[in-house]
Amino acid sequence: MSLEVLGITVLWVFLYGYLIIASIDFGAGFFAYYARVTKREHIMSKLISRYLSPVWEVTNVFFVFFFVGLIGFFPDTAYYLGTALLLPGSVAIILLSIRGAFYAFGNYGVSNNTFFLFLYGATGLLIPAALSTALTISEGGFLEETENGVVFLAGELFTSFYSWSVVLLAIVSVLYISASFLTFYADRAEDADSREILRKFSLFWSAPTILASFLVFLSLQQHNPEHFEKALDLWWMFGLSFVFFLIATILVYMKKNYGIAFISVMLQFFFAFFGYGASHLPYIVYPYVTITGSVVNETMGTALIVVFIAGLLLLIPSLFLLMRLFLFDADYVKGKK
Amino acid sequence: MELDSVMLSRILTASTLMFHAIFATVGVGIPIFIMIAEFLGIKRKDADLLVLARRWARGYTITVAVGVVTGTAIGLQLSLLWPSFMQLAGQVIALPLFMETFAFFFEAIFLGIYLYTWDRFSNRWYHWLLTIPVVIGSTLSAFFITSVNAFMNNPQGFDLVDGETVNIQPLAAMFNPATWPKVFHVVMSSYMTAAFILAAIAALAILRKKGSDYHKKALRIAMVAGLVFASGTALAGDLSAKYLAEYQPEKLAAAEWHFETETNADLIVFGTINEEGEVSNALRIPGMLSFLSGNSFDTEVIGLNEFPEEEQPPLWIHYAFDIMVGIGMFSLLISGIFIVLMLFKRFNEWNKPLLWSIVASGPLAMIAIECGWVLAEVGRQPWILRGFMTVEEGATTSGDVGIALIMFILLYIVLAIFTVTVLTKMFKNRPPEAEVEKRYPNGWVE
Ligand code: HDD
Ligand code: HEM
Ligand code: HEM
Repeated sequence: MSLEVLGITVLWVFLYGYLIIASIDFGAGFFAYYARVTKREHIMSKLISRYLSPVWEVTNVFFVFFFVGLIGFFPDTAYYLGTALLLPGSVAIILLSIRGAFYAFGNYGVSNNTFFLFLYGATGLLIPAALSTALTISEGGFLEETENGVVFLAGELFTSFYSWSVVLLAIVSVLYISASFLTFYADRAEDADSREILRKFSLFWSAPTILASFLVFLSLQQHNPEHFEKALDLWWMFGLSFVFFLIATILVYMKKNYGIAFISVMLQFFFAFFGYGASHLPYIVYPYVTITGSVVNETMGTALIVVFIAGLLLLIPSLFLLMRLFLFDADYVKGKK
Repeated sequence: MELDSVMLSRILTASTLMFHAIFATVGVGIPIFIMIAEFLGIKRKDADLLVLARRWARGYTITVAVGVVTGTAIGLQLSLLWPSFMQLAGQVIALPLFMETFAFFFEAIFLGIYLYTWDRFSNRWYHWLLTIPVVIGSTLSAFFITSVNAFMNNPQGFDLVDGETVNIQPLAAMFNPATWPKVFHVVMSSYMTAAFILAAIAALAILRKKGSDYHKKALRIAMVAGLVFASGTALAGDLSAKYLAEYQPEKLAAAEWHFETETNADLIVFGTINEEGEVSNALRIPGMLSFLSGNSFDTEVIGLNEFPEEEQPPLWIHYAFDIMVGIGMFSLLISGIFIVLMLFKRFNEWNKPLLWSIVASGPLAMIAIECGWVLAEVGRQPWILRGFMTVEEGATTSGDVGIALIMFILLYIVLAIFTVTVLTKMFKNRPPEAEVEKRYPNGWVE
């Protein structure tokens, strides 16, 4: 495998990891707030905070890893996206900051503050919307290279059908992924009340997820036909994604095997996300930055790969320990520890 | 001063970094103290010390959270505000930046485990072991990021041919001559600052309600460590000055108002300077600058006049330098006095003037940190990458920096207000004595 393909694959895997665990986190914020306003929080909120408290910082590092790695492996993207994304990027950082800080304030500091919970819940939906615009911009059509540098066409972005369909998909996916995971977690915790509520959520958001995906496909055909054609070549990946969606929904509907159902949801997004990514190549930012044109020099690239492998050797056992103590420890999950 | 996008980018970067530095410093320093308190607590079966470790850790979660979010902000802002710089830097110095994310991972994972497993292990030492990766992770992140900053001051490990970077050696870039003195000084000063902040909190509690044992134990630990780390900081600061004398003489010269190259150069402390470069109202220590630069009065110190005008850093960094050094001396002095009084039983180390000086030392140490960074960063001007790229060439061309600046300033104000209120609320209604009583009703630990 060439350096640039290896690099982009590593980054994409981490972005996928962030997509899953951040979605769980973002959606959980929304559900926690929803539970508070509908006065059902005694059931769900404990469950949600028990899962989230030990892991929120780890979630954030996945994101940091992605953008630091992107600059490392493909320094030119720093130039193009850096100039273009100043405003949307700043908005996303501010939302992320508010969310992270107020989560900690509410959870470790003064608890039971509805305003903190509102910020936490609302940002959970706004952040995916803001972050998804980075993917939209990478499709091309929203940047213009002039003599004075790269210009971001904000007006185009706000009036683009494609851009809004991506935002819609991002929000419903977050709710869907999160509900599927929390159903599984509630089931493990033998918390039947929470499980029922979350199970209904997960079924409720499944159809919109698929509809939104179709919408994105349709608008992509208009917006970037070249990418759309390449995506059709990879039709089997999107097909597999749909199959896993069906498996997940059927299992949840039949109240069976919530664990396998959640793994199917992960696979559903895995195939869709990698299908999307693979068909996007060789472009990182269409049509200015390609992986071959922007890849870092070979010495640095090799050094980064070596560090990455060493880092994984350190991380995987640590992550395993974290999961064992909090996710797979039946007593902890049930709240006995 | 013209508020173009370069200037605005500088202001925004400076705001974010100076805000992050507060939490980053605490983030690097506090884990050591949690580690020490829990260690002594388990070893001596002392309920006070275990509660102390717990309470320090609880406060730490809040500052970590703000450290993480502001750190994420600065990480992204580097690309958003300095795209050309990051495009070039990415080719040469991406390695430590990338390694830093692993250090974050490592720390985040074990901090999460540490905070939620206080009573989960039957052998308390297992829980204590978890502090080791947290200390290593946070100190390593300081190491990696400081080596990036060292590279900006002393770029090595590449050649620039027609705007293209060639002959890249990532390790030479990472371990440039600035790295070791800088890392040593940053890490020591973080530990030291954490010590004096914790000491200040304990001293304030003792002054307010005539000291319980709990606070006296906390203060002793913090002051002993404070003396050790303040000495380390002074030693490392001396090494930093020697480094500057050799590799970045313009920064030292600007900081010392030293214009003509000469041996037996005087050290100028405070004072004022006029348009012609004449210094008045200053305290002059004969030959001291030469001594600081090379351990001998005969050392030749290069003066600022050797450098073209447009490559001279602003002269006001002199004050940042003097304030930092002054605070360093002050901290050494009061921690030294405290230890002496503590060792000789005849004296009373709990006297009011000393306790009030300790209360002052906490915020002062943080001011020293900020002054140190201002000295280091403003003293690098006009370069973003010394000798290769100026700040102006590195900056974004976007016209939206002003709006971003306003949004971020508001964010930092909100975060600052809430951090303070949440931290005070957290500890005010839960006195430590009650917590010891509740957690260890027998007064001791099995
Ligand atoms: C508690 C904080 C603190 C204290 C008491 C001191 N310093 Fe410091 N100093 C720092 C915290 C700091 C810092 C924040 O860590 C800096 C900023 C950048 C860096 O590398 O370290 C720094 C930078 C810095 C630099 C510039 C390094 C460079 O730009 O490469 C010099 C020459 C010194 N220091 C020297 C001293 C001396 C001689 C001190 C005498 C006691 C001293 N510092 C006390
Ligand atoms: C956390 C402690 C730090 C503080 C308080 C700090 C402070 C500052 C200040 C005050 C400036 C503005 C200087 C000016 O424009 O006159 C600045 C600029 C800058 N700093 Fe730092 N800095 C810190 C650490 C770092 C580190 C570790 C890096 C490297 C990764 C870094 C990279 C930069 C960059 C790229 C600029 C903009 C270019 C410039 O203005 O020189 N800073 N910083
Ligand atoms: C340009 C300079 C800097 C950048 C780009 C930067 C980047 C970051 C990022 C991205 C995070 C969040 C990590 C996470 O998600 O967990 C962070 C946190 C942190 N940073 Fe910085 N940082 C800078 C300067 C510094 C300096 C100078 C120090 C130390 C002296 C430092 C020490 C820390 C620590 C210890 C944390 C973790 C927060 C905590 O655990 O308390 N950083 N930084």
